[in-house]
Amino acid sequence: MSSDLFPPADTPPPADDSRRTFMKQAGGIFGFALAAPLAGQAERLTAYSKTVTGATTLTLRINGQPRTVQAEPRVTLLDALRERLDLTGTKKGCDHGQCGACTVLVDGKRVNSCLTLAITAQGKEITTIEGLAKGDELHPMQAAFLKHDGFQCGYCTPGQILSGVACVQEGHAKTDDQCREWMSGNLCRCGAYANILAAVREVADKA
Amino acid sequence: MNDFSYTQATSAKEATSLLKDQPSAAYLAGGTTLLDLMKANLAEPPQLADINLLPFKGIEQTSDGLRIGAMERMSDVGENALVVQQYPAVSQALLLAASPQLRNMASIGGNILQRTRCGYFRDAAFPCNKRVPGSGCPALEGDHHNLAILGVSERCIANAYPGDLSVALAAFDAVLTLENQKGKQRRVPVTEFYLLPGKTPQKETVLEPGEMIVAATIPSAAHARRSAYLKVRERSSYAYALASAAVGLDVQGGTIRAARVALGGVGAQPWRSREAEKVLTGAPATEATFRAAATAALQGAQPREHNRYKVELAQNTLVRALQQVAAT
Ligand SMILES: Cc1cc2nc3c(=O)[nH]c(=O)nc-3n(C[C@H](O)[C@H](O)[C@H](O)COP(=O)(O)OP(=O)(O)OC[C@H]3O[C@@H](n4cnc5c(N)ncnc54)[C@H](O)[C@@H]3O)c2cc1C
Ligand code: SF4
Ligand code: FES
Ligand code: FES
Repeated sequence: MSSDLFPPADTPPPADDSRRTFMKQAGGIFGFALAAPLAGQAERLTAYSKTVTGATTLTLRINGQPRTVQAEPRVTLLDALRERLDLTGTKKGCDHGQCGACTVLVDGKRVNSCLTLAITAQGKEITTIEGLAKGDELHPMQAAFLKHDGFQCGYCTPGQILSGVACVQEGHAKTDDQCREWMSGNLCRCGAYANILAAVREVADKA
Repeated sequence: MNDFSYTQATSAKEATSLLKDQPSAAYLAGGTTLLDLMKANLAEPPQLADINLLPFKGIEQTSDGLRIGAMERMSDVGENALVVQQYPAVSQALLLAASPQLRNMASIGGNILQRTRCGYFRDAAFPCNKRVPGSGCPALEGDHHNLAILGVSERCIANAYPGDLSVALAAFDAVLTLENQKGKQRRVPVTEFYLLPGKTPQKETVLEPGEMIVAATIPSAAHARRSAYLKVRERSSYAYALASAAVGLDVQGGTIRAARVALGGVGAQPWRSREAEKVLTGAPATEATFRAAATAALQGAQPREHNRYKVELAQNTLVRALQQVAAT
């Protein structure tokens, strides 16, 4: 196992706050800003501290836009996106956290939307594959996937791309081995791994 | 998934009183264990108490050691500078677990309370003594290639905790702070937190109904600073351990002054091996010593047809982990 998989003890990784700052800055470099959480914790608290039963109106901030959806507490963020908001770019593979097809960014961090309840994503900034490009201009990670042929059927691709964006921003794509390890939460049944690696590494090297 | 009502708890008191009023309600942290089980109808709580806003946060130095709040995320703790420097094995156990996405979601408290990956437990169509006490254990004669060989019983051979973090916590004498519904706190070492299956595999920990995990505190020690976590899997990442070892050594002048050993993947609970530590302490840091320690650690193993390989695998994992640490 090569040593760059773990943070080195002598050069400590940035503390939580500075990492967030780093991620914001990196977002700027990539041409898409990771907006700060919409509501502060206190605001969220007063808004949602009562018991919710049955379908209610949830407000989700997705790709910079507030969207409302009628949903019960049991509806996952993945199902809210796909089934109720017609944002079908986010894919459902296993629905159990085992494949990464459903990866989205919540407050800039990659998560599995299949194991996230939509109700808990309120007041947070959600980024899906639909929110990466700026008009006709592809996000650098999308462009790199095209250039390197980082897919075959394309089913895992939205998750791979969002995971790749986060992986680079976290600073976990500096070597091939490190990138493989930190992209391991996204399975590809077509086995396009070599090209996915090339795409993510190219974006990391340019960053 | 069953329908349920949802409450965002804003204090520990509010969270515990929710469970007092509704004993079959459940706490929701990262949800990566709970929602997974609920989707398979293996858990059907009528109410979820979201504990993500509770102040069980922070990673701070105390007189008892490093205190890690139960609501801290696996990703943040795994890369925390204090954890990396003082407890490399704990950092590695966290960063070798699950996936980056899951680690961003999952909390320390939830990790400690994750459930077994035994396939029969996870499929409601099968009997399972852990899920339905007294219904039987199909794993005994069925597929048990990934199940436990130490501390098992005739009622259940599952590794009730299949993960990594608690293995490292058990090795380095971590103590959990728990808070009950009356607001009273108590401290329980991780090595006494999990229960062996015996005749009651459904009872997995000493946690009382509604009691919460507030924090884990790991004492500082030379053997903790010189430590490692080695994990052997069916593929090289994003998989549970077939066998793993958390080890720490304090070696001076070639002699082992103190040693800590815990095994993962092979025990009915995170498996602290005081037998191996006894062999190591005072002995020269050589491969012969490490081999003898590995033999001692697996002495009481009760393997079955499909997991016999784990005896040798765990021994070799432990030897390699000890060699790795001795070389640092
Ligand atoms: C595909 C997959 C692969 C995985 N691989 C690994 C692996 O390799 N290694 C590993 O270690 N883990 C692995 N895991 C398990 C994962 O680490 C756990 O699911 C996670 O740590 C649970 O934390 P959570 O915050 O999401 O818990 P939740 O799902 O929110 O909670 C789990 C349980 O604990 C209770 N709970 C949570 N917090 C508290 C608290 N503070 N006090 C009292 N009760 C509480 C909940 O009520 C629930 O019953 C994997 C999971 C998945 C889905
Ligand atoms: S090994 Fe334990 S968890 Fe698995 S089927 Fe048997 S009783 Fe259930
Ligand atoms: S669909 Fe969420 S991880 Fe597979
Ligand atoms: S491109 Fe087909 S699953 Fe990855």
